[in-house]
Amino acid sequence: MNRYAVAAIYKFEMARTKRTIFQSIISPVISTSLYFVVFGSAIGSRITEIGGVSYGAFIVPGLIMLSLLTQSISNASFGIYFPKFTGTIYELLSAPVSSFEVLLGYVGAAATKSTLLALIILATAHFFVPLEIAHPFWMLFFLVMTAITFSLFGFIIGIWADNFEKLQVIPLIIITPLVFLGGTFYSVSMLPPFWQTVTQFNPVFYLISGFRWSFYEVADVSLITSLCVMGGFLALCLLAVTWIFKSGYQIRK
Amino acid sequence: MQPMIQITDVNKVYASGFQALNNINLSIKPAEIFALLGPNGAGKTTLISAICGIVDATSGQITVDGKDIVSDYRHTRKLIGLVPQELTTDAFETVWTTVSFSRGLFGKKPDPAFIEKTLKSLSLWNKKDSRLIELSGGMKRRVMIAKALSHEPAILFLDEPTAGVDVELRKDMWQLVRQLRDDGVTIILTTHYIEEAEEIADRIGVIKNGQLILVEDKITLMNQLGTKQLILDLKEPLTEIPANIADFNLQLKNDGLQLIYSYDTTEEHTGISVLLQHLSVAGIAFKDIKTDQSSLEDIFVSLVRETT
Repeated sequence: MNRYAVAAIYKFEMARTKRTIFQSIISPVISTSLYFVVFGSAIGSRITEIGGVSYGAFIVPGLIMLSLLTQSISNASFGIYFPKFTGTIYELLSAPVSSFEVLLGYVGAAATKSTLLALIILATAHFFVPLEIAHPFWMLFFLVMTAITFSLFGFIIGIWADNFEKLQVIPLIIITPLVFLGGTFYSVSMLPPFWQTVTQFNPVFYLISGFRWSFYEVADVSLITSLCVMGGFLALCLLAVTWIFKSGYQIRK
Repeated sequence: MQPMIQITDVNKVYASGFQALNNINLSIKPAEIFALLGPNGAGKTTLISAICGIVDATSGQITVDGKDIVSDYRHTRKLIGLVPQELTTDAFETVWTTVSFSRGLFGKKPDPAFIEKTLKSLSLWNKKDSRLIELSGGMKRRVMIAKALSHEPAILFLDEPTAGVDVELRKDMWQLVRQLRDDGVTIILTTHYIEEAEEIADRIGVIKNGQLILVEDKITLMNQLGTKQLILDLKEPLTEIPANIADFNLQLKNDGLQLIYSYDTTEEHTGISVLLQHLSVAGIAFKDIKTDQSSLEDIFVSLVRETT
């Protein structure tokens, strides 16, 4: 294991967060806080409880997931796309590092950044809504595993993208709608039967459900189902990354 | 002596069907400066990229320090430093950060003292905290070299190292390259500046259309392929070459005021003294005499033309 290389990539990526603290941390914290104010405090005070949880508290796990998913994808995709864009990827390709070590550096840094952001948002939420965490271990487990899985997904997007538009298109066109339609602001049981069936095909729905269960023991599907879907998506991402490194897709000529 | 780099029957065909390398065979000796010359698109960068692992060879084998670059990539890549042709830098990083990053990436423990020494040797120390975006092209080129040297490589690839840099920096770089060679580093450089190869290379390789058409010791090459000329500025113009010297390889130029004799430097007798005697007998007086030797550039152009 080339641990110095892993550390170099990890530190290099983490340093970018320091340089872009407004974009990486402050901006997502402020925008999520606005959701807490608007949906939690203002509108939420006029909505009845869902599953015995106040509306303001109910939406917190979903909103954390929204930031976690988008930031994991954005951090990891940008991290690997930027060297491709500037041409500095030559250094990575000619270095004595294995694919696993490259992945560990980039995905590790992206997952760390988004997990820290999620924890900051969680702490911020305390200022706006009453919060309790029934299962802290499972909460952290979901947080970390989701960060890793979607950082891997972001890494794949960064490899696939050959321009900045492609880099943005999946988080904006696919991930954000999936989170909004995945039960962030409502329980799936509140939807008409047709839309309940459609929601079953949204993988993010299972993540939000499992994550919310770790807070309030309220879920739309069982914990096992949520874990299986998350594990399945992680496995898919790992398979895709393995193929990318083996084939050299969009990396090696 | 085991070659530092051994390239055997290497071919590279890109997905488009373009054959960039055609059956390349080459040995690079330890601690030599090898200059790879060739016109644009000849395959120089592809060959370097194949050795460094950036491009996969379609067939053939490359070994570095006796180890295969594919199966033993960790060993071989640690030995190699690469300065690419393009000025590809992380614009928002500082000089210190980007050079330290390169050292770590190549598996070396952090060593601030060594980074400091490297930056000082490249006159970059006072720029260590500057962001790369703030540096001039020449300074960025130095940073690229510092990055390549940051992990103390035994082999250094310089792909067009002095493209777009001023004369002073070019001479500094030549000095650095010689110093590295004296320290035991094997250096492979590609260049468009033939005088660069003439100035610093020990051996020359010429590549064209993906084929290595010549590999030779620089001095031998210049002796073998170079022609030398004796140029005589005449007092009176000649209308034609007199019969008693017609057998010499002579040309009349400048309206008959210049007589040029081309001769082979490798021959035991150049024929100069005999020619001068014949000129005296024929009553041809001259006011000046000088010699000229073909440069590596002349040799390169003639080689590339010959194989067209």
